[in-house]
Amino acid sequence: MKTTPLQPEHEALGASFTDFGGWQMPVRYANELAEHHAVRTSAGLFDISHMAEIRVSGPQAAEFLDYALVNPSSVIAVTKAKYSLICAENGGVIDDLIVYRLADAEFLVVANAGNREVVAAELQARAANFAGATVVDESDDWALIAIQGPKSAAILQQVCDQPLADAKYYSILSARVDGVDVLLGRTGYTGEDGFEVFAPAAAARQIWQLLLATGGSDLTPCGLACRDTLRLEAGMPLYGHELDLEHNPFEAGFAKVVRLDRDADFVGKAALEKIASEPIARRLISIVGEGKRAARQGYEIFEPGSERAIGVITSGALSPTLGYPVAMGYVDASVSAEVGTKLEVDVRGTRLEFTVSAAPFYKRSK
Amino acid sequence: MANPTNLSYTKEHEWVLVEGDTATVGITKFAADALGEVVFVDLPKVGAATTYLKIFGEVESTKSVSELYSPITGEVVEVNASVKASPELINSDAFGDGWLIKVKFAELPADLLTAAEYDALTREA
Repeated sequence: MKTTPLQPEHEALGASFTDFGGWQMPVRYANELAEHHAVRTSAGLFDISHMAEIRVSGPQAAEFLDYALVNPSSVIAVTKAKYSLICAENGGVIDDLIVYRLADAEFLVVANAGNREVVAAELQARAANFAGATVVDESDDWALIAIQGPKSAAILQQVCDQPLADAKYYSILSARVDGVDVLLGRTGYTGEDGFEVFAPAAAARQIWQLLLATGGSDLTPCGLACRDTLRLEAGMPLYGHELDLEHNPFEAGFAKVVRLDRDADFVGKAALEKIASEPIARRLISIVGEGKRAARQGYEIFEPGSERAIGVITSGALSPTLGYPVAMGYVDASVSAEVGTKLEVDVRGTRLEFTVSAAPFYKRSK
Repeated sequence: MANPTNLSYTKEHEWVLVEGDTATVGITKFAADALGEVVFVDLPKVGAATTYLKIFGEVESTKSVSELYSPITGEVVEVNASVKASPELINSDAFGDGWLIKVKFAELPADLLTAAEYDALTREA
């Protein structure tokens, strides 16, 4: 199993580990509930070096990405970022991505750890007809450290030479931290303000140590357990749960990401146009329960009193912030699933009532 | 990790403290650490029967669910109300305040593990 450049730091901090996307990653350091609350109320530090970084550069870089992804990258202003999807020819989702525009002809595409090879291979294949675009998988060169939470900007500012106050959400800037050239994306996967620090792999440990020392008791090292509950509360999809090759972006609620309203062709366009013109078969919904028992991935969803399953949970947990169970899942589109609709979930043999909720479950106050 | 020597254990990570004809049952610190913070515990009612190595309840953390296997056959005579209200006691004091149920029994299973045997089992894991 692969380990990140920060593995010695995790071991020194006494982390428990889990296998995630072929990587041995910290699942928690001490207490995942305390880690979760730290991100909501103060700040948390995550090693997300398992994520893939793919550089796309050259005079045709923007034109190529417009063809390769479901929304155009040519409209992203330099120093800004955009959420995107890479779809298969049939419209299934290969991965969800963040595309950062570093310069006019320079993009950094961040993909999920488990999809690194397939995304890099797809981008390389799709670049075949774009002589002026180069795709390079730089994942091994980069460490990625996320600092997330209301105090993250103040902590990062103490060790960084660039003013962060003006950095907008979904932007990226070059800066120096501890004498090291880094990129700082104001992005994250927690529903809080925060930054993702792209650092050379060799400098990962010094930056991790410096951030922890600077943050002191305001900054808690955080594992993947709380990363999952944080993103779930924030209504963010996780590839392999809400998104996969079997579901198209319209079912997943990402119709707005798919930009069919452009003349240029892109991979999956024909299939996605057809899918968009037809009623969807199922849709992703958000539900909340009472009590403490979570509806978890794979549990079946029912209409009250009915024996026929109408859907299945994709992610669910007892929400640490809200104190009640929250979940997302796919249900047949023929079933009424307006906000407030009562449904049932089979929780290991017991039917528990859940109510369709607006998404996301949690939104930070600005 | 110190597994108290006055307790017996199962390979399913429960512990049992025998006092006369009553056994106090809980899950080990090793199991609690593996689960993460326990947020829900489902326990039988007083008067329910338990059977050796059969499921008597379950514990949930944010990330996982784990079934509880009874280390003993008998009848539940007490349920820890504190742990139902505050499941995190299982993490903070697995061998003490985090106990789960007390069972009145007639006969002890022959193949419960000693602390040393359980130490060896968890070292392999």
